[in-house]
Amino acid sequence: MRLRLAGVVKRYNGQTALDGVSLQLSDARSLVLIGPSGGGKSTLLRVLAGLEMPDQGSVEIDGEPLIYSEPNLLRHRRGIGTVFQSFNLFPHLTALENVTLPLIQAHGYEKGPAREYAMELLKRFQLEAHAGKKPFELSGGQQQRVAIVRAVAVKPRFLLFDEPTSALDPEMTAEVLDIIAELRGEGRELVLVTHEMGFARRVADHCLFLSAGKIVESGPAQQLFSEPQTAELQGFLGRVLKY
Amino acid sequence: MTLRWPDIFFARSKGNGEELPPFGRAVGVVTALLFLSLVFSFAFYRLQYGWDWGAVYRYRRMFLAGWLVTLAISGASLMASLVIGLGAALAQRSSFLPLRYLGKLYIELIRGTPLLVQILVFFYVVADAFGIGNRYLVGALTLALFAGAYISEIIRAGIESVGESQLESARAIGLTRRQTYRFVIYPQVMRRILPPLAGQFASLIKDSSLLSIIAVNEFTLNAQQVNAFTYSTMESYLPLAVGYLALTLPISLLSRYLEGRYHYAS
Repeated sequence: MRLRLAGVVKRYNGQTALDGVSLQLSDARSLVLIGPSGGGKSTLLRVLAGLEMPDQGSVEIDGEPLIYSEPNLLRHRRGIGTVFQSFNLFPHLTALENVTLPLIQAHGYEKGPAREYAMELLKRFQLEAHAGKKPFELSGGQQQRVAIVRAVAVKPRFLLFDEPTSALDPEMTAEVLDIIAELRGEGRELVLVTHEMGFARRVADHCLFLSAGKIVESGPAQQLFSEPQTAELQGFLGRVLKY
Repeated sequence: MTLRWPDIFFARSKGNGEELPPFGRAVGVVTALLFLSLVFSFAFYRLQYGWDWGAVYRYRRMFLAGWLVTLAISGASLMASLVIGLGAALAQRSSFLPLRYLGKLYIELIRGTPLLVQILVFFYVVADAFGIGNRYLVGALTLALFAGAYISEIIRAGIESVGESQLESARAIGLTRRQTYRFVIYPQVMRRILPPLAGQFASLIKDSSLLSIIAVNEFTLNAQQVNAFTYSTMESYLPLAVGYLALTLPISLLSRYLEGRYHYAS
């Protein structure tokens, strides 16, 4: 994907979450955002998802500027798949219904074909046995996998993952990361916010290190992890890789 | 473990929950009923009162007619109060500010004043000015306005209980505001508000007794009239209690059942 950010600023009640983020990427299939909590990673992802309007600056994805009107944002959100930290499945719907809801309501599928297609996808991710279950009957890892299926089902231009494994134990983390790696292997474009450094290094083409609302370092993942240039990134990597 | 006889009266705590002894529930209920009937048997035994059920029995049709009117008025005002309550809840969330504050004002005024005063004002002032003479209609509408304020708060709490993260998720998958209400908020709110709604309906039935002051021939007024004809106060009012209980008890049980079911699915 081609990405161009120019001076993006986002404030929440006086707190500056993004403090003039500029970036130009011409060809990154997978972009990974790392950095300390509160550094602006999630906010940047939410701006890309069309969930947050920046106070200043412009965003351009694949040559198209993001226009902040509700109809345009709606179209933008329908074209991408977003996966959240806390799964955010609808608790009153079964796994299958969670997947078919956006297909039917936002993407013009008929009920029958939507169900068939969703079942096919659930099968592919070894979730067909859980299709009829409600989220409270599923483990965290299963819920997150259903949420990923929901995001993938709409054939998005790219996928956004906001700390998709932060609420999971290590075993479930592995099952979710496997899927993300698999999607990456298929050539899906994705943007990922994560605290899993080993995984970030493995899947990232390009890596951004954000701290205090600014991009402190940006470059190919290999380079960022092996030769951190700034003291901030060196300190950060030192802390998170200590244990 | 052997049970000593007093143990049958006590629930034992077990972890976070508790465990009842065998037949504990039945023994508890029977004992409680026994206690109540002892107290009241004693009280009625001491009462110097010449019971005369015969006089009241002759007016049984009047009791039945009043009971049916109470049922009809309560049912009609429940339907209307649901519509009013939903409207007021949505008005409070409206982006049109005068509507929002009209909703808030309505709720505060209704909840802060006695139903008795509301009935008098609506019947003698408002309905009179608008030329509505049917006291049954005015009565049902006043009750509906009264219950609507409480129901609107129940609905509002239900809507707000749908978490921020779900609304965000709805936005992220590209649902419009209307679709979000229809497919995400509405089904969850319906499930959550059923138990408190049932409780509200039980109150509504009892509150309908106040319509007697504008001479709506409902259950309470008819009992008052029977009392006036027969001078048999106890015999007139005890059936009243039984009649209301026959309406409210099933609703209360239904409410408990719904609460339990919702608890499981959350």
